[in-house]
Amino acid sequence: MATNDNGEIRYLAPIAVDTKKKKYCRFKKSGIKYIDYKDSEFLLKFVNEQGKILPRRITGTSLKYQRKVAQAIKRARHLALLPYVADLLK
Amino acid sequence: MLNQYETVFIMTPVLSDDQMKETVAKYRKFLVDKGAEIVYEENWGLRKLAYPIQKKSTGFYHLFEFKHNGDVIRDIEIAFKRDERIMRFLTVVLDKHAIAYNEKKRREKNVQPEKIENNSIEEKFKQIID
Repeated sequence: MATNDNGEIRYLAPIAVDTKKKKYCRFKKSGIKYIDYKDSEFLLKFVNEQGKILPRRITGTSLKYQRKVAQAIKRARHLALLPYVADLLK
Repeated sequence: MLNQYETVFIMTPVLSDDQMKETVAKYRKFLVDKGAEIVYEENWGLRKLAYPIQKKSTGFYHLFEFKHNGDVIRDIEIAFKRDERIMRFLTVVLDKHAIAYNEKKRREKNVQPEKIENNSIEEKFKQIID
């Protein structure tokens, strides 16, 4: 690291710039208002291999819709459309 | 105030087809007798369960969508509990988004054959033009 005449800091190696994709809420983006608990194929996107609900941190869902997703998954589990516990669900 | 409700229930796979239909008819009559207006119903047939219920791995699913002020829910759930042919049931209130979603889904189901008709009409037009 060295400073040039202008006083700016110059790095010898280029800094690793985080080019992570910004997460977004798919419900807000595509305007889905209601999450159907009967559509188990769709709900599978929001559970991991063990059948656990994925956190918002991973799916990027907004809080409002995360609550609805959770509710729908729990309803689907009650009706045996989704398992409560599973091994290698996907 | 009339709310719209949706009830899904699972019947044991032990039943014959006729017995299953009879059970469904019993609950349809139950709802109608209590003054509910049945908006829609759907039979999903014999489906595999995601986990065993009462040591059964399959079940007959049936769905009712109806309008009522809500008093009937308690009665029908008691009836479901007492009925040993019913393994599971779930009743939910539908909000306006849910009603819109269900209607759209139904429309899409009905629209598909129409599309084919449209195509055939276009073909006829082409034939006429030719």
